[in-house]
Amino acid sequence: MKSHLLYPDRDFNPEWGMLRRSPSPQRWLNRDYDKMWACFPEYMQMTVQDLELDILFQSMACGDKFLFEVAKNVFFTTETDIETILYRQDILRDCTANSEVVREIYRIVVDLIEEYLSGLNWYSGKTADSVRSTSVHALGLFTDAFLELKKIAGEHADRFQSGGFKEFFSMLERETSDEYISSLKEKFEELSFKNGIFTNVELGKGNKGINYTLQKNRMIKKPGWLSGFLSTGSPSQYSFCIADRDIAGFRTLAEIKGRSMSSVSGILLNSSDHIFSFFISLKTELAFYIGCLNLRDRLISIGSPLSFPVPAEHGGRDFSFKELYDVCLALQKGEKVTGNDVEAEDIDLIIITGANRGGKSTFLRSIGVAQLMMQCGSFVPAESFRSNICTGIYTHFQRGEDHDMKSGKYDEELRRMSEIVDHLKPGGLVLFNESFAATNEREGSEISRQIVCALLKRRIKVAFVTHLYDFSQSLYEKNMDNSLFLRAERKNSGERTFRMKEGEPLRTSYGRDLYEKIFHESPLPVSFEDRK
Amino acid sequence: MLSAKDEVNYPDEVFLMSFFSILYNNPDDDICEKNIGEPSCFSDLHLYQILLAVTKGYEEYDLNPFFYDSLQSPDIITYRHEIFREFEDITLSEAIKSFSQNMQTMRKHLGKADKVHSKYQKERWFLDAAEIYCKAVQTLLHSLSDLDLRSRGFLAFREFLNIYVRSSGYVSMTRDIEHLKTELAGVRYCLYIRGREITVLNAEPDSEYVGEVEAVFGRFIDKPVQPFNEEFPDYNDMNHIEAKILDLVAKLHPDVFLLLDDFQEKHENYPDKSIVRFDREIQFYISYLELTERISREGLFFCIPVVSDTVKEICCSEGFDLALAISLAERKEPVVTNDFYLEDKERIFVITGPNQGGKTTFARTFGQLHFLARIGCPVPGKSARLFLPDKIFTHFKKEENIVDMRSSLEDDLMRIHSILTECTPWSIIIINEMFTSTSVSDALFLGKKVMKQAIKLDLLCVYVTFLDELSTLEKVVSIASTVVLENPDLRTYKVVRKPADGLSYAIAIARKNRLTYENILERIQS
Repeated sequence: MKSHLLYPDRDFNPEWGMLRRSPSPQRWLNRDYDKMWACFPEYMQMTVQDLELDILFQSMACGDKFLFEVAKNVFFTTETDIETILYRQDILRDCTANSEVVREIYRIVVDLIEEYLSGLNWYSGKTADSVRSTSVHALGLFTDAFLELKKIAGEHADRFQSGGFKEFFSMLERETSDEYISSLKEKFEELSFKNGIFTNVELGKGNKGINYTLQKNRMIKKPGWLSGFLSTGSPSQYSFCIADRDIAGFRTLAEIKGRSMSSVSGILLNSSDHIFSFFISLKTELAFYIGCLNLRDRLISIGSPLSFPVPAEHGGRDFSFKELYDVCLALQKGEKVTGNDVEAEDIDLIIITGANRGGKSTFLRSIGVAQLMMQCGSFVPAESFRSNICTGIYTHFQRGEDHDMKSGKYDEELRRMSEIVDHLKPGGLVLFNESFAATNEREGSEISRQIVCALLKRRIKVAFVTHLYDFSQSLYEKNMDNSLFLRAERKNSGERTFRMKEGEPLRTSYGRDLYEKIFHESPLPVSFEDRK
Repeated sequence: MLSAKDEVNYPDEVFLMSFFSILYNNPDDDICEKNIGEPSCFSDLHLYQILLAVTKGYEEYDLNPFFYDSLQSPDIITYRHEIFREFEDITLSEAIKSFSQNMQTMRKHLGKADKVHSKYQKERWFLDAAEIYCKAVQTLLHSLSDLDLRSRGFLAFREFLNIYVRSSGYVSMTRDIEHLKTELAGVRYCLYIRGREITVLNAEPDSEYVGEVEAVFGRFIDKPVQPFNEEFPDYNDMNHIEAKILDLVAKLHPDVFLLLDDFQEKHENYPDKSIVRFDREIQFYISYLELTERISREGLFFCIPVVSDTVKEICCSEGFDLALAISLAERKEPVVTNDFYLEDKERIFVITGPNQGGKTTFARTFGQLHFLARIGCPVPGKSARLFLPDKIFTHFKKEENIVDMRSSLEDDLMRIHSILTECTPWSIIIINEMFTSTSVSDALFLGKKVMKQAIKLDLLCVYVTFLDELSTLEKVVSIASTVVLENPDLRTYKVVRKPADGLSYAIAIARKNRLTYENILERIQS
C-alpha cells in the first residue's frame, strides 16, 4: 500500500533530522536536534543559513515540529522532474480548494499514529510472543482507521481533481475491501494459541535444540493418563512440569516459545510495520501540503502575492518574474515587501553590483528561495515566476570571521566553495554574495573570474553580488550574450528604492553614505589613554 | 579394533622435534616473549598505529612480541622473506586463512565444552571441535601438496603434516567422528508446551503452518519476511530444564548417546602442539599481508627490500608512510609517495620547506622502512635497498610536560644527549623539529653541534628543520617539501632534492582547494 502524494510512483523518504528516528514529535527531545541533523550536508546547511530558510519553515510549521522537519526535508530533496513538480502543484491546488477535508484526513492519521505509539512500551518487540500480540493489536487499530478514511472518501472524493488524490482514494477501496478486513480478524483469533503450541526440534551444537518449527495445533491426550498407561513398556513420550517458583525454568519455556514463534511473529510484524509505514508516509506527505496551506494563509493575511510558478526544462535558461520578493523578509517583517521584475531569456550569469544596503542580498535571496520553492512543488512569492529547473541550488555567502583558528578566512571561503564544487552538476544554480573578498582585490577578482568562468563553461547558472570591481568590470567588458548586469538603484538624493535595474558596474560602492550616516550618529572616540 | 592406548602415540616423535617454528629457523634465535617490550621509536614513527592496523582482528594470537623483535641475523630475515614470497601464490594464502579460521572455530568449541555443565552437551561440543580440527588439518595438507613450495619453512612444515596424518591416533579419530555424526543427525523430537507443562515426544509430521499464515498476510508483505529472531542470552550452558529435556531425548534414543560417552574418553589428547604453534606464528605473515593488500588497492606498492648490515648507500622508490596510508585509505584520500637515495658519502637528509608539506611524513617513512626491514617484513615502497641498523633513535617534539619542570629546550638537549651517548655508527637517528623554542642563532649553533657528531659517526640520519644552513654541511643531502603544481589533486606534498621555494600563499591555497579554472572543469564533468 502506498500513498504517493509527493511522487506519482514512489515514496518520499526523509533523509535528515528527527524524522529518521521516530515519527512522533512528542518523543523528540530538543537536545537531540543537532545530533539528528548532523548528517545534513554542510553545503545545504549553508543554504539554509544564507537564505534564512528557517523563517520560512517556521511559518509553514506554525509551531509543529513535525511540519518543520518535513518542510526542510522536502525542500532539500531537490526535485528536477517537471512532471513531479506539476503533480504536486495539482495536489496543492486540491488542498487549497478542500483545505478542511485535507486537514481532517491529516488529523485522523496523526491521532492513529499517536495511539499506536502510546500502546508500545519498553517490552513490546522484545520477545517473539509480545511481537505477536502487539502486532495483532496494531492491526486492529489500523483496520479501524481504514474504515474511517473510507468514510471520508465516500463523502468528498468527487471534489478532488488531482491525479494524486484520485489514485489515493481508489487505492484505499482496492486494498482494504470489507471482506478482506473481516478475514483478517478471523486469523488473529487463531493466532492467539490458547491451547498451547507444538514444535519440532533437532539436535544442534552442544546438543542444544535447534530448528524449532511451529506446528499446527492438534488435540493431545492427557499426558498424565498416557504415561500411567504406558509406564510398563518403553514409553514414547515423557512429561514434566515446571515448579511454581522456578523463574529460570519459566524463562526457558518462554525461550522455546520464542524460538518456535519466530517465523509467525516475523510475518505479523512485517505486515503491521508495512501498514504503519504506509500511515507514516501518508502523514509525512500530507504534512508538506499542510505546511504550504499554513504558509499561504500567512502570506495572504499580510497581503503578499502568490502564484504557481512555471517550471521550464532544465536544459533551457529561462529567467523572468514579476514582483518577486524575499518571502523570509516579508514573514519576518510581517508586511508586504518590495519585489523585483526581470524579463530575461538565455541568461547564465547575473552580476549584481551597487549601493550597500540597497537590497542586493535580499534580491539574491529571493531568487534562491523562489527557485527552491518551485522545485519542491510549492507556489512562489511572486506575481509570476518562470525559470528553468536546476540540478541543485547552492549558496556561497560572505561569512564573519571563523573562530576555530584552523584556517584563515580566505582559506575558509575556498574550502566552502570546494565543498559546493564537490556536489555541483551541470545545470545547477550558484548564488554568490560578496564572495572571495577576504584577500586583496586583484587576487579575489582573479579567483572569482576563474571560478565563474569555469562554472559557466559547465552550464551552471550564476548570480553574483560583488564589490570586486576588477572582476565585475572585466566580465562586463567581455560583452557576453548570456550575462545580465544589475545594479541596486540609488536615487540622486541618496535614497534607496531596493529595486534592481540593469546597469554597468560602477567603481564606487556607496559605502560613503552609510559611513556618513553611522559615523555622524555615533562618532569615534578621539583620544586614548596610554597603554599601561 | 585397536585399543585406545596404542592409538594415541605418534610414530615419529623425533621428527616432531625437528620442526621448530615458521618464524625462527634456528632455535638459538627463538624469541623470549617475556623479556620483549615495545621499542622506544615505536610511537614517534607511528609504528604503533601500524601494529594496531596489522593486528586488528588478530588479537587472540598476541602477535605484538613478534613485531617488537628486531632480528639479529640476516639469515632469519631471509628465512622470513622466503615465506613472504611464498604467499604471492594466492592458493597458499587462502589455504592458510581457511585453516586458521577452522582452528579458531575449534578453539571456540573447546572453550564451550569447558564451560558447559550438562554431560551430553559437553561431549557434543568436544566432538564438534575434534571434527573441525581433523578437517582443518586434512584440508591444509591437501592444499599444500598441490603447491610448488620453495621456502625452507613451508617445506619442513608440509613434511611434518604428512607424517602426522598417518599417525594412528589421528586416523582413528577421524573414523569415530564420522560414525557418531551420522547417528546424531538422525535424532528428532517434538515438544508440546501448554501452561507450565512440557512434553517430549517423537517428532510430528511437518504441518507447514508458517506458510499458511504467510498466505493470509501476503498483500502486506513487501519484502522477504525475516523471522523475528528474539535476542536470547547467548549462553552455551544448559539450565536444568534444557538438561532435563536432553535427558528425556536421550531416553528416547539411548544407543546414540552411549557412543557419545565413549568418544570423549578416547580422544582427550588432541590437538598437536606444533600445529598449534604454527597456527599462531603464521598469523604474523597473514596479518601483515592482509594490511599490505588493503593498502596496495590504493595504488601503492610494497616490496621485499634488499638488506645489508654493512652498506649504507640506501635507496627507495615510491616509499610512503604506512601509518598515514592506513588512515588516508579509510578516508579514501590519495597518498603521496617519495623516492629517495643516499649514494657515495651521503648519509644525512636535511628536510626544509613549507609546513604541512610532508616533512615529518618523510622522516617517518624513512624510519618505518628500516624498522620493518629489521623484522623481516616487506616494506612500503616499489623497490628498496636498506641498511639494517642496530637501533633506531627518534627525537620528535613532545607535549609540554608540567610535572617535569624542565624547559622545552632543556628537554630537547637532554634527549638528544642520551641519543648521542647510546648510538653507534650502525644506528639511525631521526630528528623532527628540534630546538624550536629558542632563538635562531642558538638553534643553529646547537643544530650544527648535533650534526657534527652524526657526521663524525658516519651514521644514517634524517633531520627535519627550518634552518636552511644545516642543509649545506658535508655528507648532507638537502631535500624540501613542495606544493605539487603538476598534480593539484593530491592533498599531500612531495619531498624532493631541492631547496624550498616561495609560492604566493593565496594561489597555493586556491590550488589546495582545487578551485582554479582547470580544476573546476576537471571536477565538474559536463
